[in-house]
Amino acid sequence: MKVQLSGITPEELNELITLVKGVHGFDFSDYGKASLTRRVSRIMSLKKLSFYELKHRIVNAEGFFQHFLEEVTVNVTEMFRDPNFYRSVNELVVPYLSTYQHVKIWTAGCSSGEEVYSLAILLREAGIKHKCFVYGTDINTEVLKEARKGIYSFRKIKSYAENYIYTGLKGSLTDHFTIMYDAATIHSELKQDTLFSVHNLVSDGVFNEFQLITCRNVFIYFDNKLQERILDLFYNSLAPHGFLCLGSKETIRSEAFRKKFKVINSKENIYQKIGI
Amino acid sequence: MAFDDNILQRWQQAEVLLIGGSAGSFKLFFNIVKHVDVDINKVIILVMHRKKNFFSEIEKLFSEHSRIYIREITDKDALKHNTIFIAPANYHTLIEKEGYFSLDVSDPVWYSKPSIDVTFDSAAEVFNERCVAILLSGANQDGAEGLLKLRQAGSLTIAQDPSEAEMAEMPRSAIELGAAELVLTTEDILKLIRT
Repeated sequence: MKVQLSGITPEELNELITLVKGVHGFDFSDYGKASLTRRVSRIMSLKKLSFYELKHRIVNAEGFFQHFLEEVTVNVTEMFRDPNFYRSVNELVVPYLSTYQHVKIWTAGCSSGEEVYSLAILLREAGIKHKCFVYGTDINTEVLKEARKGIYSFRKIKSYAENYIYTGLKGSLTDHFTIMYDAATIHSELKQDTLFSVHNLVSDGVFNEFQLITCRNVFIYFDNKLQERILDLFYNSLAPHGFLCLGSKETIRSEAFRKKFKVINSKENIYQKIGI
Repeated sequence: MAFDDNILQRWQQAEVLLIGGSAGSFKLFFNIVKHVDVDINKVIILVMHRKKNFFSEIEKLFSEHSRIYIREITDKDALKHNTIFIAPANYHTLIEKEGYFSLDVSDPVWYSKPSIDVTFDSAAEVFNERCVAILLSGANQDGAEGLLKLRQAGSLTIAQDPSEAEMAEMPRSAIELGAAELVLTTEDILKLIRT
């Protein structure tokens, strides 16, 4: 295997951003440049495309842009990723959610759905699944199709099961799946009251009010300015005292927003909206 | 060995010290951290291969034995002189030219996340001749191509002498690729760092 050394200059990257925005309406201008450069260079090297050919395909080749979007946005996810995070949600957030009659949850940037189902399993084990509704959103229609299916390879499930052990939840991950040959299908009970739909954090607005929003390992692809804009969207989408969960290496940096949230767990980046 | 003036000058002028290592490199990382001066006047970035879900206490252990500030990188942390930054497990670490880190969770490179190649490659875009990079012991080829890119960008690139490395493959791959301007013994690596 060869690594892809970057094949695109900062000027070319800006040109590409302008082109994509003009032709397809997706705005990558406030994405982190280092990661975007790496992703675009990777596509060029995998497809053996020059910069000119890449631009040409983005404009002219049918279906290419969907593929480009899929490659450029990172869709790596796991069930029970960062097991300590789920342990903290179980201990610090679930007791709070239990007091509500109805609970609405939003997983932003859900990719192929693993995190939505991890939450569903956690809520089921806590005995409150029946009153919860989990929305999973992503900008990418292809990964959402995978999410709706809820079928994962047995190889993946084996590594997810290892995460599950570290969460401290009872039972075992495979209790929640039907395994046939080399694939595992999530139980239909866990798919109930989940909804996967397209939402672009960069351009779309508030669509509901939530008691819990998770957006983990999505902010790392955005620059500080865009992170703040989306924090504002999350703040406005949270019910008073609702919880916001970021990835374990992400943090709320802006002073203005630090005042609007109470830190519930600093290591796992769980915050609570200060009520108004 | 005595370093020639050109090497010494480049070392002293470098603003960034990048060190990558995998299997068999822990002891040398530890020694480097222990011996770094408080006023080294560089940003130090360590990329070590680490296992997923292995909640290591590296940051704590290193802090207890170092005189300078040690921090595991959080997304968008600003690069700071006289600080040791450690790449976190389960993420790649990238460097933005505005002077901060960006993390990335895309697929492993050489079965590794963090990958040394990813950080070295990204650093090559930003630092040019303002950087010294060292590749230590390891059992795969991660870091070799990234080191080459750094060398081509004008950085001072160093591989640990493979005959001294517990796992020779990583530094040897870099040498074979022509990525290492210098091949140094463990003792000389520590000597250079204390210069």
